[in-house]
Amino acid sequence: MANYSTNEFKGGLKVMLDGDPCSIVENELVKPGKGQAFNRVKLRNLMTGRVGERTFKSGDSLEGADVMDLEMEYLYNDGDMWHFMKTDGSFEQYAVEKKALGDTEKWLKEQVPYTITLWNDKAISVTPPNFIELEVVETDPGLKGDTAQGGSKPATLSSGAVVRVPLFINQGEVLKIDTRSGEYVSRA
Amino acid sequence: MAIDWQPSASIETLRERARLMAKVRAFFAQRDVLEVETPVLGQGGSTDIHLVSLHTLARTDKGQRRLWLQTSPEYHMKRLLAAGSGPIFQLARSFRDGEIGGRHNIEFTMLEWYRPQFTLNKLIEESTTLIMSLLPSYPGPVVQHRYRELFHTHLEIDPFTSSLETLRALAAERTQMPAHALAGEGRNTCLDLLMGMVIEPLLGQYELSVVIDYPASQAALAQRHQDGDGEWVASRFEIYLKGLELANGYQELTDASEQRARFAEDNAERRRLGLPEVDIDERLLAALEHGMPEGAGVALGIDRLIQLTLGKARLQDVLAFATPNC
Repeated sequence: MANYSTNEFKGGLKVMLDGDPCSIVENELVKPGKGQAFNRVKLRNLMTGRVGERTFKSGDSLEGADVMDLEMEYLYNDGDMWHFMKTDGSFEQYAVEKKALGDTEKWLKEQVPYTITLWNDKAISVTPPNFIELEVVETDPGLKGDTAQGGSKPATLSSGAVVRVPLFINQGEVLKIDTRSGEYVSRA
Repeated sequence: MAIDWQPSASIETLRERARLMAKVRAFFAQRDVLEVETPVLGQGGSTDIHLVSLHTLARTDKGQRRLWLQTSPEYHMKRLLAAGSGPIFQLARSFRDGEIGGRHNIEFTMLEWYRPQFTLNKLIEESTTLIMSLLPSYPGPVVQHRYRELFHTHLEIDPFTSSLETLRALAAERTQMPAHALAGEGRNTCLDLLMGMVIEPLLGQYELSVVIDYPASQAALAQRHQDGDGEWVASRFEIYLKGLELANGYQELTDASEQRARFAEDNAERRRLGLPEVDIDERLLAALEHGMPEGAGVALGIDRLIQLTLGKARLQDVLAFATPNC
């Protein structure tokens, strides 16, 4: 991979730091009028998701990371790995480890497209679509007439996630959920 | 994708900017300081190892020559002083390659002025008066801090006497720069890191901060003197507001041979670091040889002052077209 110098550090650039692929979040030049220039850089570690700061001397460089985001549909879980297939018509499949899947495990649904981040062709993270439609598999019975306001209850969805839903929701209904906040949006 | 042709600053901001520039000119007119315009291109450039000069090739009367875009109008203005101009100021376009960000732009406007016979203190007073007159509200009192005291107060070390190991360890601990990256660095890099990352953000929050008595190694084009503790320091000041460095002033170096030695030192350091050498400005040296009046001078980043005055988040918010959009 190419090397990138601090003045090429832009939001979204993927670089290697301490052996892990990272995405640049922010890059600020700190330079006294008479003195050495530095760059204060915020980076997201793509393996852990954690954001940290690091200071570099201006002009220092980091190796680029061979990272790309691809859209893939979820297929199945074989008990050990989760399998996804590219949506570009190539039918190429990737197996994803539990560690890379992370919290997305509770938002999995077959045939839904996910964003898979690959590093050196290996999946390191899976991002669900912002909104997903899932069926309620278990919740207390709905309360008739209570359609407007007040109260919520837990509901278990087909993917295993538990979300707070309004009291009028019944088992078997399909709901639209915001995966970023884990909140109920509406009936689908 | 649509091409972004729009200005970086709003038209309303540009009106405000013009009004502030008029106030600056009125300030100096009232004090009988002459406005001058000197070239952006020069046959010599800044040798400062921390500045990257842009240069261009021009077809001149002597054939094709490399000309340097000035990092500040200092050299030309000093030649005017040597020629007997008296007090002068300039709103000068200046260029520093690679400096781009929320507080920097490769091309920017420097307000620079020189005061023959002024002491550093007299120039500090004039600089802070000008800044106060542009700000929309009182920023708090003007407070002077010695460089050494700032390190004592905020970092509990002495910048002059602490060992290099102490400075490196502290810089690594306080600035998210890994220790291995600092292993080969000298005192000035560690001090710049601590000053820039830890101390500067704290300056000028409830006051207009003036920092004086910089280490002698950071004198650039300033004279040096011994402070009350017997330490050699630079006769230099900086002004900070809201953590932003606004101005840098000197008791100007007038000794031609000392100036020549500092240029040579810079170029030697450039060779050591593998940086390109910069053509020394022989005309400036000849002017100093002829004699430049003793006095003080200051460079103020007027774009930054306008940014603070108008309460804008980024430098580009007060520039018609910032470099990424030029």
